[in-house]
Amino acid sequence: MSTNTTDRRAQLESLWEHDAVKILAVFGTIYITYALVGLALGYSLDGIVNTLRRMTYLIAVYGMVTLALNLHWGYTGLFNIGIAGFMAVGLYVTMILAKPADPTGAAQYAGLGLPMPIAIIGGVVAAGLAGLIVAIPALRLRADYFAITTIAFAEIVRLGITSGALQEFTIFGTELGTGGGRGLIRNYGDPMNVIFELEVFSSFVDLTNSLFGFGPTQARALAYSMVLVLVLVGIYWLIQRTSRSPFGRVLKAIREDEEAAQSLGKNTNHFKIKVFVLGCALMGLAGILWRFRRTGVTPEAFRPHVTFYIWIALIIGGAGSNTGSVLGSGLFVAILFEGPQYFRRLVDQVVTFGDAPNTFAGSVAPILSGDVAPFVRYTFEEFTTLQFVLMGVALIVLMHRRPEGLLGHREETAAAIPLTRRPGDESTAGRGGDSS
Amino acid sequence: MSTVDTVIDRGRGMTTEQLLLLVVGLGAFLLLGDLIIGILNGTYSISRVARYVVEGTLYGLIIGLAGIGLSMTYSILNFANFAHGDYVTSGAFFGWGVTYLVAGWGAASFGHLVLVAPQRGVGGAQLEIAITSTPFAIMAGLLVAGIGTALFVYLIDRIVYKPMRGSGGIPLLITSIGVAFALRYIIVFVYSNRTRGTTLGGLPSFDLLLVDGWVSIDVHDGTLIVAAVALMLGVHLMLQRTKLGKAMRAMSDNRDLALVTGIPTEQIIRWTWMIGGGLAGSAGYLMVLWTGTIDWQFGWLLLLLIFAAVILGGIGSIYGAIFGGLIIGISMHLSMVWLPGGDFTTITAFLIMILVLMIKPSGLFGGKTTA
Amino acid sequence: MSDTEIESPEVPNDAADPDPQRNDIELSVDGLVKRFGGITAVDGASFEVESGAMTGLIGPNGAGKSTTFHCITGIHRPDGGTVRFQGRDITGIRPYECADYGLVRTFQIAREMANMTVLENLMLPAQNQSGEQLWRSVLPFARQEVEREERELLERVWEVLEFFEIEHIAEEKAGNLSGGQRKLLEMARALMIEPEMLLLDEPFAGVNPTLEHKLLDHIHELREEGYTFLIVEHDMDLIMENCERVIVMHQGSVLAEGAPETITSNEQVIEAYLGGEV
Repeated sequence: MSTNTTDRRAQLESLWEHDAVKILAVFGTIYITYALVGLALGYSLDGIVNTLRRMTYLIAVYGMVTLALNLHWGYTGLFNIGIAGFMAVGLYVTMILAKPADPTGAAQYAGLGLPMPIAIIGGVVAAGLAGLIVAIPALRLRADYFAITTIAFAEIVRLGITSGALQEFTIFGTELGTGGGRGLIRNYGDPMNVIFELEVFSSFVDLTNSLFGFGPTQARALAYSMVLVLVLVGIYWLIQRTSRSPFGRVLKAIREDEEAAQSLGKNTNHFKIKVFVLGCALMGLAGILWRFRRTGVTPEAFRPHVTFYIWIALIIGGAGSNTGSVLGSGLFVAILFEGPQYFRRLVDQVVTFGDAPNTFAGSVAPILSGDVAPFVRYTFEEFTTLQFVLMGVALIVLMHRRPEGLLGHREETAAAIPLTRRPGDESTAGRGGDSS
Repeated sequence: MSTVDTVIDRGRGMTTEQLLLLVVGLGAFLLLGDLIIGILNGTYSISRVARYVVEGTLYGLIIGLAGIGLSMTYSILNFANFAHGDYVTSGAFFGWGVTYLVAGWGAASFGHLVLVAPQRGVGGAQLEIAITSTPFAIMAGLLVAGIGTALFVYLIDRIVYKPMRGSGGIPLLITSIGVAFALRYIIVFVYSNRTRGTTLGGLPSFDLLLVDGWVSIDVHDGTLIVAAVALMLGVHLMLQRTKLGKAMRAMSDNRDLALVTGIPTEQIIRWTWMIGGGLAGSAGYLMVLWTGTIDWQFGWLLLLLIFAAVILGGIGSIYGAIFGGLIIGISMHLSMVWLPGGDFTTITAFLIMILVLMIKPSGLFGGKTTA
Repeated sequence: MSDTEIESPEVPNDAADPDPQRNDIELSVDGLVKRFGGITAVDGASFEVESGAMTGLIGPNGAGKSTTFHCITGIHRPDGGTVRFQGRDITGIRPYECADYGLVRTFQIAREMANMTVLENLMLPAQNQSGEQLWRSVLPFARQEVEREERELLERVWEVLEFFEIEHIAEEKAGNLSGGQRKLLEMARALMIEPEMLLLDEPFAGVNPTLEHKLLDHIHELREEGYTFLIVEHDMDLIMENCERVIVMHQGSVLAEGAPETITSNEQVIEAYLGGEV
């Protein structure tokens, strides 16, 4: 009996070794929990699916950025805390390139009116170039100075696009603009129209309508989230290839001991520049996909918060592991980003609170006379604020208890082939997982 | 000798660094020349330039004062503390709560006053808070800002940083980002996110006619100068004269050696946090006195400027931090001579910092000497 | 630069090499100078290393041995003097360029990549790996070639592991190895570059006698295969017994150079170095 359970347990553990199983298990749990809570709240089916769709969208975008950060920090040891800046460069350049050349009505500032694929490529290249500009001076610096330089860069970008001077400017006789603090309005067509205008798509709309009762807008959003998941898979594949190669081996060596890597004949600066530019370009891409379908963008979206989110996701998943990065962004979104609000709605459903006190003092004073209710009410009223506190505390606790995150302890082999026992020897099973 | 030092020392980059230095030096020289010529031929209003210098100096004093603490913890604990800006904010709220209480006892509820008027209602203007009308309230506030933040920062060290004393600078840095975030939103939770005025307007001021316009320094500017200089002098004397100060300098120079020679490092670390935190809190309090407004994120927005000052001056040097603060403050304001509107002041400061990192990462007061 | 060339190496007469049929010179250092602020760590050091020989570099602490190593291998840029390798001027090359010339060094304290396995550590140094170009590692058609190279490389790694008799630790993380195993790994890793000359910085420091013998055997075996060695070492006896030639440094310059017998009888050396110890 007991041997049976230990067998079962061993089986489960060996199953858990596979990355696909990990991903399925974690995401399965997240989605099912959310769906169940949605049912408990009495949400309609389309409401539940819509919640899951929104989460998928967030996980996919944050997952892309986390993977790019993992390439920087997890593999190469480049301490980039200017992520928001590179995302901003990507999105703003794309929007400026794609906006029509002659502004009409409320759509204010002019763009170049280029086709969307070219605008996206332009945005990605611009983010990569921004990476190059930061990399060349900064790569010689030690990690903490590097970090300060990157966050300063990100703030320069944010303040630059906010500034009135760039709100509208002329370059080579063409009028362009960042919109300053008011931001840019998307006055080009939906970038996903390439897909939405396909014949097949109308049947997709019908399908989602009959399944979840979705309207066309929701169907589009769902399709878009699915596209993002595909892009995430592509980036995962790209970074997995990059890290499992002689190139990735040098990156790892740089992280471990750059000077020793140099003495072994590696021009480490070349590798660092390449990988930094690649990561920044991917961050730019994620920035574009994050918001280029929205009605507009303001510089506020690129406050250092975004960078902070990505770092939490990376540390939850474990720096150095690509699978960990994806899991980390999933857990971050589910537990820390969307979770608290969902939880709040759940509680709201069950308990009806009266009016909350206006101030902290008003909530604390009654505690002295034994009445905790006002404090609880105030806490609920200020839930969004507390959510940020929770994120900060989560990061501290992670750094205390488990700085290596979920999968950071596991070293992913940096070679293009599995490094197992020598052919001819009795081979022990390679632990590559099935995700290569 | 760490890897990093040897990589930097390799000497190969010397030529490019010197070239950069030349370019930057030439640029600074041209700007200065342009400024002088512009003043002489009347393109730039001399009183405007003088106002920029005065404002820059005052701003620089605040940055420098807050920078001392950051510089000390950076060199003694060996990590860049990203929560330092939020220590500045915390101190300001602690201190201003007390100032409101003292100045406005009875004018509003205790909770409203101690939380620095989280909702509309009685505020700094109604309480007529100014150094001339409520000097005692302001002194009490400054005192509490200093001492309260010192204790608060010590508490944070006990809870957060002490358990990870052995970790390297990077895990500590990441943790401090978490601390910064949590702290900032705890401030919002407790004090609300309202931006409020804290002082009375129309203060008596000392006005000087400078050729083409007035340069004025009001009593709060004066208070800032006196308080900041006094605190800086205090730290200077503490480091030079007291046993604690000498031990701190020894530890910043060489931690391992300090351990071997039996300096009680844990105790030094505690005092470093408390002194650094106290100065940060005082700087925050003075900043609010000077600007007349308080909000939940001004310290965070100040943080990168403080970093810029500390790096410019050289990590570990308190004089470097003060000097760096002044340079950063003045160049930020002077940048408005060429880039009007004030959109580019912060960008200017960041660019200066990046240039310093490229040319002389050890800073102007070079390397590790807390003296 | 030119002033240092005038400065001829002060090789004492009795240490001058009496043998006219010297082998080819693999490495020659001429008038090397390195200053750190006000301190001159290397002060006009000049010496030569013969091809295929084992040369020892000894001297008291602070004699400038390690700095000389750093200057040769590009970690420091010398302030004066020249370094020639196989007749080519390599003064002030970058550290990573050394490998191109077939010159490789080990570190005093083994610098293994702690979080990489022994196999990864050994695959890292191989030169001219097409997979180190990002696009080749990523794009499908080029990747096949990379994988082929990797298989060949892995084969070579196993040979080196076999040579050092450390196959059993192949899949271990380098950070988990014992001190002695790290030294072996460090040497094995240097060999993976396929160098012509190895500069070993105190390879026997902190190594137990058994392993020391084993390491020495390996070094002798490699020398017979044609590798050139320059070894910095504290242990006088070890150098005297194993090296064909010995260079003695003292206060930043070369005090004596020659066969071990001539060194042990050199009075200056005895005074400067042995005098204190014996």
